Amino acid sequence: MTVLTVAEHRRGELRDVSQELVAAGRALADATGGDLHVAVISGPVEEYADDLNRDGVETIHTVAHGEEFNHDVYTQAVAQLADAVDPTVLLMPNSVNGLDYAPAVASRLGRPLVTDAVGLAYDDELTVTRELYGSKVETTIDVHAEQAAVTLRPAEWPAAEGTGDADIEPFDADIDESQVRSTVTGFQEVGNGDVDIADADVLVSVGRGIDEEENLDLVRDLADALGATLSASRPIIDNGWLPKDRQVGQSGKVVTPDVYIAIGISGAVQHVAGMKGAETIVAINNDPNAPIFDIADYGIVDDLFDVVPALIEEFEG
Amino acid sequence: MKILVTVKQVTAVDDEFEIDGLAIDDRYVTADLNEWDEYAVEAAVQLAESFDNVEVVTVTIGDADTEETIRQALAKGADRAVRVWDDALADTAMLDPATKARLLAAVAREEDPDLVLTGVQSADDSLGATGLTLAEQLGMEWAAVVNDLELAPDEGVAHVHRELEGGVEELTDVQLPAVLTIQTGINDPRYASLRGIRQAQSKDLAVKGLGDLGLDASALASPLEQTSLYEPEAEGEATLYEGAAEETAGELAGMLREKGVGQ
Repeated sequence: MTVLTVAEHRRGELRDVSQELVAAGRALADATGGDLHVAVISGPVEEYADDLNRDGVETIHTVAHGEEFNHDVYTQAVAQLADAVDPTVLLMPNSVNGLDYAPAVASRLGRPLVTDAVGLAYDDELTVTRELYGSKVETTIDVHAEQAAVTLRPAEWPAAEGTGDADIEPFDADIDESQVRSTVTGFQEVGNGDVDIADADVLVSVGRGIDEEENLDLVRDLADALGATLSASRPIIDNGWLPKDRQVGQSGKVVTPDVYIAIGISGAVQHVAGMKGAETIVAINNDPNAPIFDIADYGIVDDLFDVVPALIEEFEG
Repeated sequence: MKILVTVKQVTAVDDEFEIDGLAIDDRYVTADLNEWDEYAVEAAVQLAESFDNVEVVTVTIGDADTEETIRQALAKGADRAVRVWDDALADTAMLDPATKARLLAAVAREEDPDLVLTGVQSADDSLGATGLTLAEQLGMEWAAVVNDLELAPDEGVAHVHRELEGGVEELTDVQLPAVLTIQTGINDPRYASLRGIRQAQSKDLAVKGLGDLGLDASALASPLEQTSLYEPEAEGEATLYEGAAEETAGELAGMLREKGVGQ
């Protein structure tokens, strides 16, 4: 069977998920001895194509139209490419931009869509593994259809390796400008406040388990006692309890401290994406099944309101 | 101006739970309004407060047990609600965004809104695709993962920020009518006032079956079949400290000191 993956880039750089899509697409195509095609749309597509030319890629289709991602352009171009290449499986990234065109493309093509895949298998038909209930359980979904669309969770597959000998073919997409009904006018970076958490050697990071804003003093005291910097997971930022520049995770900062102490953080995939590179990860959480314990090096399954004061006492007492 | 907001009652699972076939055992679940939808409702209510003559209508897919949850949106300021339900839905696993979107689109065609707000995703299924599938079925423009919204009806656009990865926001102008999927943190959702809760009881909540929406059971057909549900094997190799808090904190402190923390 044929697999078509769609690369992702932003502001002149291919994003990591692009090579992960190639690796996942290659494995899927190999299962049936099929071909892997890769599409790259907008920006310096020739340059990107060279980078995407990895072992086992048959053809790379380039669509030179505009510079940055525009979902109306992508939706039209990917739908036309899918018609031309006719892949059994169309693989797109489960990124913020992937979710800004993949469902529209699938709907336009009349293909069933399974999002946020963490596993793919093919045995006469496609089976997708995904998570439910905040990663508490996994489920498998059989796709009873000739053709399907799937979005792939970033950082679940290894990056594709090797140098391939793919044909690089410009694809003449017919973009109907009247259907380009959105305009990207710019980008804005979240500024840094008084500290940059990405520079810290030790981070004390707090999550939803802290319950109330006034309880933040407890983790502030711990950070002070340890000489650490305070950071947080998304709910704390959404509640306005700490500024955005303190957020660790997919939409916040990626941090790689020597020691990361996660307090009352369940470890949702979006959070883990921002801190899994820490050298030593410590988790304090009263849920023994919290996914944070899957990546922690050291853990305490207990009430943080008992453990944190005792820990402060250890360092100040 | 009319704003349609999709809302969903979601299932939260206890820390300890059991699986019963393809679902979580009922004894270990609690129901709540989807967190993302709370922000979408708040965004709609704020627009209703900023502009004249705005009607906010919520739409959900759910059985009678979801009404209490859905009334939370009415208590916070939505004007009326539509609940889609049909006995045929009881046996339908709602894991296909196309199926959900077909039901929601049927309501949207009746309501003819200028703006549709959805949550980015639901907390239980996390499809993240229903809003865009709905937009495509309606032929509307869209934007996904919106964390800032300024509506400019005179210009016929919404100025939005899309929250990309890595602390970067994309600034985009979206032509109306549009479906926007709303990210948490875009606003500060209000608590329902006692007066709001009282008023919500008398607000219109219409129940529509497949026939009422001009649909039949074929609208529920999906090629996606859920075949298993299981707890993933714990991948962790964490050293767990056990005992009373004083003991575990002491052991953790010892490890941290060895790493040079707090020295």
